[in-house]
Amino acid sequence: MREVAIVGIGCTKFGEMWDKSFRDLFIEAGLMALEDAGMSGADVEALYGGNMSSGIFIEQEHVGALIADYSGLISNSVPSTRVEAACASGGLALRSGVIAVASEYHDIVISAGIEKMTDVGPEKAMDALAAAADREWEAAVGATFPGLYAMMARAHMNEFGTTREQLAQVAVKNHYHGSMNPKAQFRNRITIDAVISSPLVADPLRLFDCSPITDGAAAVILVPAERAREFTDTPIYVKAAAQASDTISLHDRRSLTSIDATRIAADRAFKTARLQRSNIDVAEVHDCFTIAEIMAIEDLAFFEKGRGGPATLAGETAIGSKIPINTSGGLKACGHPVGATGIKQAVEIVEQLRGDAGKRQVEGAEVGLTHNVGGTGGTVVVHILAR
Amino acid sequence: MTVPRFWRRIPSRYNLIGTKCENCGTYYFPPRSVCPPCRRKGVIREYQFEGSGKVVTHTTIYSAPEGFSKMTPYVLAIVELDEGPKLTAQIVCDPSEVKIGMRVTSVFRKLGEDGPDGVIYYGTKFIPA
Amino acid sequence: MSIGITTYGVYIPRYRIRVEEIARVWGDDPNDIKKGLGVFEKSVPDRDEDTATIAVEAARSALQRSGLAGVDIGAIYVGSESHPYAVKPTATIVAEAIRATPELMAADYEFACKAGTAALQTCLGLVAADYIKYGMAIGADTAQGAPADALEYTAAAGGAAYVVGKNHVIAEIEDTYSFTTDTFDFWRRQGEQYPKHGGRFTGEPGYFKHVLAGARGLLHKTHSKPEDFDFAVFHQPNGKFPRRVASTLGFSQQQVKQGLVVEKLGNAYSGSSLIGLASVLDVAEPGSRIFMTSFGSGAGSDSFTFRVTEDIDNVQGQAPTVAELLAAPIYLDYALYAKHKNKIVL
Repeated sequence: MREVAIVGIGCTKFGEMWDKSFRDLFIEAGLMALEDAGMSGADVEALYGGNMSSGIFIEQEHVGALIADYSGLISNSVPSTRVEAACASGGLALRSGVIAVASEYHDIVISAGIEKMTDVGPEKAMDALAAAADREWEAAVGATFPGLYAMMARAHMNEFGTTREQLAQVAVKNHYHGSMNPKAQFRNRITIDAVISSPLVADPLRLFDCSPITDGAAAVILVPAERAREFTDTPIYVKAAAQASDTISLHDRRSLTSIDATRIAADRAFKTARLQRSNIDVAEVHDCFTIAEIMAIEDLAFFEKGRGGPATLAGETAIGSKIPINTSGGLKACGHPVGATGIKQAVEIVEQLRGDAGKRQVEGAEVGLTHNVGGTGGTVVVHILAR
Repeated sequence: MTVPRFWRRIPSRYNLIGTKCENCGTYYFPPRSVCPPCRRKGVIREYQFEGSGKVVTHTTIYSAPEGFSKMTPYVLAIVELDEGPKLTAQIVCDPSEVKIGMRVTSVFRKLGEDGPDGVIYYGTKFIPA
Repeated sequence: MSIGITTYGVYIPRYRIRVEEIARVWGDDPNDIKKGLGVFEKSVPDRDEDTATIAVEAARSALQRSGLAGVDIGAIYVGSESHPYAVKPTATIVAEAIRATPELMAADYEFACKAGTAALQTCLGLVAADYIKYGMAIGADTAQGAPADALEYTAAAGGAAYVVGKNHVIAEIEDTYSFTTDTFDFWRRQGEQYPKHGGRFTGEPGYFKHVLAGARGLLHKTHSKPEDFDFAVFHQPNGKFPRRVASTLGFSQQQVKQGLVVEKLGNAYSGSSLIGLASVLDVAEPGSRIFMTSFGSGAGSDSFTFRVTEDIDNVQGQAPTVAELLAAPIYLDYALYAKHKNKIVL
């Protein structure tokens, strides 16, 4: 096993990209990453594409071949693999690429994530997202994805006293961060009041507690650490790529207020990286809903269980604090093209560690963490990246 | 959901037929054919649940996908059956009525339909006991 | 050998709409309606209830009352004029929901408001001939009245399930008699949402002709007089007709009182007389005799005489009574009522 480095990154703007197709998005992100690495497409030896639901969104499967084909990589008959773990598809693509390079199977690998969600109407999009839950026993009885997280929020508020305002602050902070991110879908700053008075989606979650429907793609180039300097002066090393699974349905989980797979994946990651939580300078966590970020920062053990709400409201996770969370704007403000998010999170951390994050820069960031969740916690992927 | 998929699980949907692992005594609803702790050592038998339980968490759905959008707002909950397992189900009550810890009992209701000319899906919901 | 009802179950949805509320919308005088029809409010199904769900709840209530299991039931017939499907029986949905499948006979019946009692007669025949040990007859409806039509004041929702057998009989079926003609008093064409009717033609040539002839026919056949009975139950399209027909036949208002549920329930169509009968069985003492005549437009009547046995003491109180089901209603305004009844095409 050898260490792996990220030497190139690319990310499209996130949003409702009416003019851009699924293919357009991947090509854009892929090219940006190759240029960033100063590499030619001919150098790429394998491709891992994270995508949750091309079948429902664009009625297309076999996207591994589609991406390799339209990006031109087909000229080398590049092995191209689509990986899927619902909203953790991007994180899974990253981990798959890391394993391919670490195991010495391939030297130069692209890990990408793509989702084109706006070619269908919102009801169809909601139905596609419900496929991240248990179709037979959750969706078929009327559960929606926000509904499931709303039930976690209700349980969390009941058990720990987490308040409506604390949940809202997650969205407020992420919009504040997103306002400084030129790629973000939403760059407007919002207030707690705006969140609390937005329409109810699934009580207690309101419209502004929920990440949006977004198109976007992102890509990173992975190489063996020993070759990193051939391509960049600022290689970022993958210290850990951990993954854990749990029950697909929320009702089968041990806890309704904790995503165990987060804790387990994080423990695995920190063990591999031989690092502590206190070593993390900046983190991108999975805030598909505001409650998800609160649970994430607790389950990742940045804060004690139950303290995520108060800590957020007190500003302990904003840029400038000890552990800035979601400097990209998170899923809420940057947007959540489902399969792309896990890779975008890595791109943001790399930018932070390279010192290229502009107004969002966390001073002196040396170690970062990405946290990507599938469904209500059936899959979690955690990466630790370092200079 | 297609007709054969729904039909296959009708005994569970209509009658709360689940399973029990006789090896470790764990009850499963929805039914499982593999007991995760026991795996191949598990001894799986059919079991019909009583239909009584309590609400462990809940929400009210205001925005729903195709098939449920005309039923909003409706109450969704995770119900812990007295025998142990938890399931996701709608509670037939006013949104203001539902509380964590509330006792509930099962009823037979329409879950939805595949359009006005399609199959009607029946199943189990719960009412305050 | 005793043969008759071994158990019964009723289900009535919780929602109601008052006559005042319907009258408000259509500009009628509620007092005229209440006086004219003898109905004050009617039951309304929840948005996720239909004839199948009502039939299942009634069936489950019947089994719960008696300790019989679904597997004991050898036949299920469901009578309704609002079956959820034109083709695909309600009876099989009930059969699956009470775990009676797969060894049983089943079919759906339609004969306007007397489809349930027709099912009762069928079960009687099958049990008497020893083809089956227990048969279940259900009358259930989520009746529709066209907006602004008089029927809208009474078209209600509810159902009752009866199990016929030779063991543990709680009410012997002594005899039955039917009177049937081809009469177009009330009908609904395939594919139409609302029924149509002949106005005043539904009275004398419809309801009264068939109920009187049917009742007189059974009284004659069984050599009985109205005084021989403790209770009389008649089909209840409104509060007036059953009282008038009782009086014409010679039954007293006291005899019909317990079985009159229409004032607070409305007309549950195929459930109407069967729910009236259940209301009597909820309180009847061993030895009581009950006379019942149902009526279905189209048209016909089914009459029965019952003798309550000692075994009724074992089952009273074991499942919700009609009175309990009529208590604690939730009132709707017309808009919600229309939404519940799918009168607003969405």
